[in-house]
Amino acid sequence: MSGFLTRRILYGLMLMLGVVVLNFLLIRLAPGDPAVVIAGEMGGATEEMLESIREEYGLNEPVLVQLGIYLGNVIRGDLGESFFFNQPVAGLIAQRIGPTILLVITAQLLSILLGVFLGVLAARKPGGLMSAFVSVFATIGYAVPVFWTGIMLIILFASVFPIFPVEGMASVKLRDAPWYVQWADIAHHLILPAFTLAIIYLAQYARLSRASMLEVLGSDYIRTARAKGAAERTVLFRHALRNAALPILTVAGLQFGNLISGALLVETVFNWPGMGRLAFDSILRRDYPTIMGVLFFASAMVVVANILTDLSYRLADPRLRGRT
Amino acid sequence: MSGLENDNTLVAESPAREAWRMFRRNIPALVGLAILTVIVVLTLYGTLIYSGDPYEIVWAPHEPPGVTPEFPLGTDYLGRNIVAGILAGGGPTLAVGAAAAAITMVIGISLGALAGYFGGWVDNLLMRITEFFQVLPALLFAMVLVTLFSPSLWTIAIAIGVVSWPQTARLTRAEFLKIKELEYVTAARAIGAKNGRIMWRVILPNAAPPLIVSATLTIGVAILFEAGLSFLGLGDPNVMSWGLMIGANREYILDAWWPVTFPGLAIFLTVFSVSLIGDGLNDAFNPKLRER
Repeated sequence: MSGFLTRRILYGLMLMLGVVVLNFLLIRLAPGDPAVVIAGEMGGATEEMLESIREEYGLNEPVLVQLGIYLGNVIRGDLGESFFFNQPVAGLIAQRIGPTILLVITAQLLSILLGVFLGVLAARKPGGLMSAFVSVFATIGYAVPVFWTGIMLIILFASVFPIFPVEGMASVKLRDAPWYVQWADIAHHLILPAFTLAIIYLAQYARLSRASMLEVLGSDYIRTARAKGAAERTVLFRHALRNAALPILTVAGLQFGNLISGALLVETVFNWPGMGRLAFDSILRRDYPTIMGVLFFASAMVVVANILTDLSYRLADPRLRGRT
Repeated sequence: MSGLENDNTLVAESPAREAWRMFRRNIPALVGLAILTVIVVLTLYGTLIYSGDPYEIVWAPHEPPGVTPEFPLGTDYLGRNIVAGILAGGGPTLAVGAAAAAITMVIGISLGALAGYFGGWVDNLLMRITEFFQVLPALLFAMVLVTLFSPSLWTIAIAIGVVSWPQTARLTRAEFLKIKELEYVTAARAIGAKNGRIMWRVILPNAAPPLIVSATLTIGVAILFEAGLSFLGLGDPNVMSWGLMIGANREYILDAWWPVTFPGLAIFLTVFSVSLIGDGLNDAFNPKLRER
């Protein structure tokens, strides 16, 4: 187990090294002077500023030396400086990674729990109404642009049923309230963005778990469980779902990157103060060090999610545990 | 069906015809095909029936839909005609979607075929590259590419292609791994066919069904991608598109719902119809469903 984990982590680090090299290459491949690119086209950088950037990134050195300097900086936790904020990029992202993780994980849990629940219900009667609903809902959910769903929900909940806040992560007036009031306030703000992000995946999990359950429900051990008189709920959730869970886990792991892409749009729509919002603002300002920092951290989140998926695979399927 | 056609029923049907026969019976798929046809015809020829400049300010801002007959879907925050915008925006959205899907398929099929056919270190290397690309959040990576290389319809299509090929590569690899062990591939090798010929002439046509389904679904995903990029303001600034209309009117959604709702419905209907067709093709190619 620990050997497996060590190898997974080493491989993850290799992938991250790849991301760093890619970031480096992107800046050099972009048309124009890299120093100007790094300073940001919107900034109107002075010649001294450009000179200090060339100094810091070693832009007057050969390319391989530049790559070495860049790698060394990243390993020390220095992702460069945002010339828009006049702040280190790592610090900027540290302030915003929390809200993104909160949003993405809530949406992931929401979509898996609700989706699997709908899928299991649908699998009970393959030709029934619930089955038809799940199929239609899955096709619709797949086709709706996530930013548009968000906007539609904002229109609905801002003017028709004003029960959920439609912007930001916390109310300003509660700044001095006790912590549990603030947490409740954040949860309240989280409902619409998380639901918006969850809808697409919810539909996919419902369809997937329906198919997976139908396959499992035909097997002998389910007939045995029924024959020994187990309650239907026990059969569905104890015996069948456990075995139907593997494909769901696989997809959940693969979806994580897409979920982060979706979060980027949802954060922009709901003004959620996360990394996606930061990436969007930075792209408009041509603040490349910040954009590259976000790309680095977002990829790191996917790598971590993949390792966690592999681990949960082993928890779900005891047959895999012995292997390294 | 006429008597003449009945005489032919003993003749073996080509797989494509058989698939089409199955597809024809699939009502949701036909609905999808009908919707998509209407959308394509409207984007190609709509301006002949309904002429209007999508950029021109023609009326008061935020005219609600259905009030003035000339502007059936109302006007946007500047007083531009929404129907004209939707008709003009369809072409670029569909073109970028199709081009991006084509680029995705070309990269994905080439790399997947090489990995699956040759195996060994080629497979290892290509799959590591695929995994690397799957770690990068696709939309963010596409945003970076489009910004660095300045947005135009081509850079957007290429960026979407560059970020979305890994799934196609994995699918192609899996198909090639399966098919290369079959007897007709061994037979082709025995008569002296070269690797290139076996890959592209023998294996690829037999791997076509799942790849066609995947290409269809890729078009849908690419359209959603293009819409997302344009919505964020990263589309081609000189071209009208549905995502751009939603993005431009975003600030005013609480004053007027229609300028964002209708372009969104257009995106939804397009992707929805494409995915109905994809599901229909999937069923049509599935031998298990054929007997029903």
